[in-house]
Amino acid sequence: MRTLSARVGLALVAVTLVLAVVGPWVWGEEAVRFDPLHTLEGHSSAHWLGTDDGGRDMLARTLAATRLSVWLAFLATLIGACLGVTLGALPSVLGPRGARAVTAVINGLVAIPVLLLAMFAALVAGTGTTGAVVGIGVASAPGLARLTRTLAAGVEGADYVLAARMLGTGRLRVLTRHVLPNIAEPLILSVTASLGYALLGLATLSLLGLGVRPPEYDWGRLLHDALPRVYVDPEVIAGPALAVAVAGIGFTLVGESLARAAARAPVPPGDGEEADVPLGRSPRPGPSGALLEVRDLTVSFGGVTPVRGVSFGVAPGEVVGIVGESGSGKSLTALAVGGLVPYPGRVRGSVLLEGRPLLSLSRSELGTRLAMVFQDPMAALNPALRVGPQLAETGTVHLGLTRRSALARAVARLERTGVPGARARAHPHELSGGMRQRAVIAMGLMGDPRLIVADEPTTALDATVQRRVLDLLAEINAASGTAALLISHDIAVVSSRCSRVLVMYAGRIVEELPSDALRSARHPYTRALVASVPTLDTDRAEPLATIPGAQPAPSDVPAGCAFAPRCARATSLCTTALPAFESGVACHHPHEERPRAGEEEW
Amino acid sequence: MSRGRRAGRFVLSLGGVVVASFAMLHLIPGDPVRAALGPTAPREAVERRRAELGLDRPLLDQFLAYVGGVFRGDLGESFLSRRPAAEIVADRLPATVQLVVATMLLALAVAVPLGMWVAARTENGRGRRTDLAFTTTTGALSVIPEFLLAVGMVAVLGVTLGWLPVAGKDGAASFVMPVLALAAGPTALLARLVRVETLRELGSDYVRLARAKRLPTHRVYFRHLLPNTLTATLTTGGLLLCSLLGGSVVIEYVFQWPGLGGATVDAIVNKDYALAQAAVLVYGTVSLTVLLAVDVALGLLDPRSALRSRG
Repeated sequence: MRTLSARVGLALVAVTLVLAVVGPWVWGEEAVRFDPLHTLEGHSSAHWLGTDDGGRDMLARTLAATRLSVWLAFLATLIGACLGVTLGALPSVLGPRGARAVTAVINGLVAIPVLLLAMFAALVAGTGTTGAVVGIGVASAPGLARLTRTLAAGVEGADYVLAARMLGTGRLRVLTRHVLPNIAEPLILSVTASLGYALLGLATLSLLGLGVRPPEYDWGRLLHDALPRVYVDPEVIAGPALAVAVAGIGFTLVGESLARAAARAPVPPGDGEEADVPLGRSPRPGPSGALLEVRDLTVSFGGVTPVRGVSFGVAPGEVVGIVGESGSGKSLTALAVGGLVPYPGRVRGSVLLEGRPLLSLSRSELGTRLAMVFQDPMAALNPALRVGPQLAETGTVHLGLTRRSALARAVARLERTGVPGARARAHPHELSGGMRQRAVIAMGLMGDPRLIVADEPTTALDATVQRRVLDLLAEINAASGTAALLISHDIAVVSSRCSRVLVMYAGRIVEELPSDALRSARHPYTRALVASVPTLDTDRAEPLATIPGAQPAPSDVPAGCAFAPRCARATSLCTTALPAFESGVACHHPHEERPRAGEEEW
Repeated sequence: MSRGRRAGRFVLSLGGVVVASFAMLHLIPGDPVRAALGPTAPREAVERRRAELGLDRPLLDQFLAYVGGVFRGDLGESFLSRRPAAEIVADRLPATVQLVVATMLLALAVAVPLGMWVAARTENGRGRRTDLAFTTTTGALSVIPEFLLAVGMVAVLGVTLGWLPVAGKDGAASFVMPVLALAAGPTALLARLVRVETLRELGSDYVRLARAKRLPTHRVYFRHLLPNTLTATLTTGGLLLCSLLGGSVVIEYVFQWPGLGGATVDAIVNKDYALAQAAVLVYGTVSLTVLLAVDVALGLLDPRSALRSRG
């Protein structure tokens, strides 16, 4: 309730409610005092908003009408709530067949325009005050019924309700014991919100002459009577119009704020102070003439810095892996290499592709020399477009090909990655997961990429498909000398496919080593990672090694070595001083270069 | 949903509308004929009218006669004017349809580009000021009821400034105020929806990949993103179109628009039940047809929906 709209709404509602209480007492008498000498007058000093056909003061009538208008809205809401919640709860009590039928009826009723439903319900209930209240009540029921149904269906799917049903609890009892108490809060909020709509609906009906009848009067009735006079004295309509606006908008704003508060989403990361990150000494730059050179790369979001001074290089034709747990900053590193860190992320440091800063490359150069493959092939292809044209785009946009030759190239690339060319006409959902990932890779091959950045390219795929997609990447690397940066949490994947491995922990590279040297890694974290992967000679009788504790979140990386709290070799030095990256490892107490065979303690 | 099931449900719903419109007359407590003719009408006149309308026959006979009439396009005759209700509907419906269609086109034409533009400006929480202005404006427009806008516009633009005709349907200028008043709320709601949808799609992998392919911005938005936001936009658009039918009743009343809404209000006020019955039937059928059309359009536009509904 701290937003501006909630405050405005509360103020408007407060004014309305006060007027509803005091209105008839203060202005009630004046509102009905006949004055045959001053009928149908416009603005004057005695009657600010003019008079009606009985010479009664419009302002006084407007203020005095507050109570009836609000009261009727309240009654209508009550009727709507009773009908709606009952109807919406009905499917929970009936068997599956009955439930489906009632749900279908609710969905049908929701589609009927509310005002029309209200009008015809009012016709049946008899026009006049009763008819209007019943009409608006009935008309607001389908919406509440559907909400009740949706909420109830959600709760009914919960494990504890299923368990209760398994134990033989009856449907009615499940409804009263489990379902209703759990959906009461959002329901009450929605009912409150519908008070505003009821008020506006009643005003509408009365305006149309289908609601309150003289001698009673609510705002809608005042509008109805004043409407024909708007052409002569527009001010006579101002009072009731303003009153409806104030009350209707007030109730709606409060109701919406309540509903929002009930469904409060987590607040997105705000713009906190930029944290000052000690960069530490960065690893040596990659081999000269590197295809990709990353120096002191830091990515921060407000006060959070998930990537902290990362440096590495990739030589032409080389396959380099980055491993780390989720949250280690490896995916953001990949995005930064691609120049795709989303706002409000800030990237510092430099990324050079073929010796040129990423930002100085043109769109077409980037689009053809750098290919990216993301984790989830289900999501990476546009579901609305056919596969072929999605690939061909790169051809027409960046290579200046005609649509036809771009499509031919797309088919060729698809076939190269093992997707039958005929599938170019398919929509993504018609392909299997493995096919889709192949199509994404084929998309990257549309240009002549020097580097493929693959971020967890196989995580979403099943084991056999994983192998084949990795084989494909290796085959492309071997055939065309395309370098690759392979990012994965799976050290087994990385070690089998890469010549060099970078190990990331809490936003930093902690070790860099040839992949065949992984078993003799020097950093305790790398060792622990390797030990947690079962191999053929792992003793199956022993529990698999795990790393105690958890990686710190990017927002609270400690000073010193981030791995120290989980490390058996840590000393007081580790918790205070950041270890420098020297000869391939950032550790104060690294294991010695060549451990004895079979040594597994760390 | 398969084509057959969709058609089946449409027919079933239409049947529901026919039954509802028939039942309406019989649900009215007391004698509708007496109510229509007034308490002073002589007993014989009421009896004669009842017989004319067939209200003295068994209920099933009446229902069959009613359904037969509906199929022949005979919706009974107005209690008051004695004109065939179908004729009145045919006279009045076109003006309503023109009003609603013009409003819907305006709402779509404004809301879709506006929503996308604001989403692009406010992606990941940037553009706070645009965000605030947009949320405030659309929030205000969506809670102000259409009749207040209409009355306000009549008072200011019509009467005080005299820029636009205040009532009736006469040429393009007479469309301006009714369409604006009717379109404001739906446009605001639709623009908000388009923005939310666009923001959601902006965070998706395929947009990231499209950006990784360095496609020009307009291509990312219009070719990749727009088709994926259409599903939700169309679904809500269909429901809004139906609610426009309701809103049009008030707008027609305020602007004395010669449409079906005004005729319906008159029929209800004057207890002209036959005409009201015809109105229920027409509004119900139009709503259902709109929903069916949206459903079919979705099936054609979204290649996934066919698959989803099969599962």
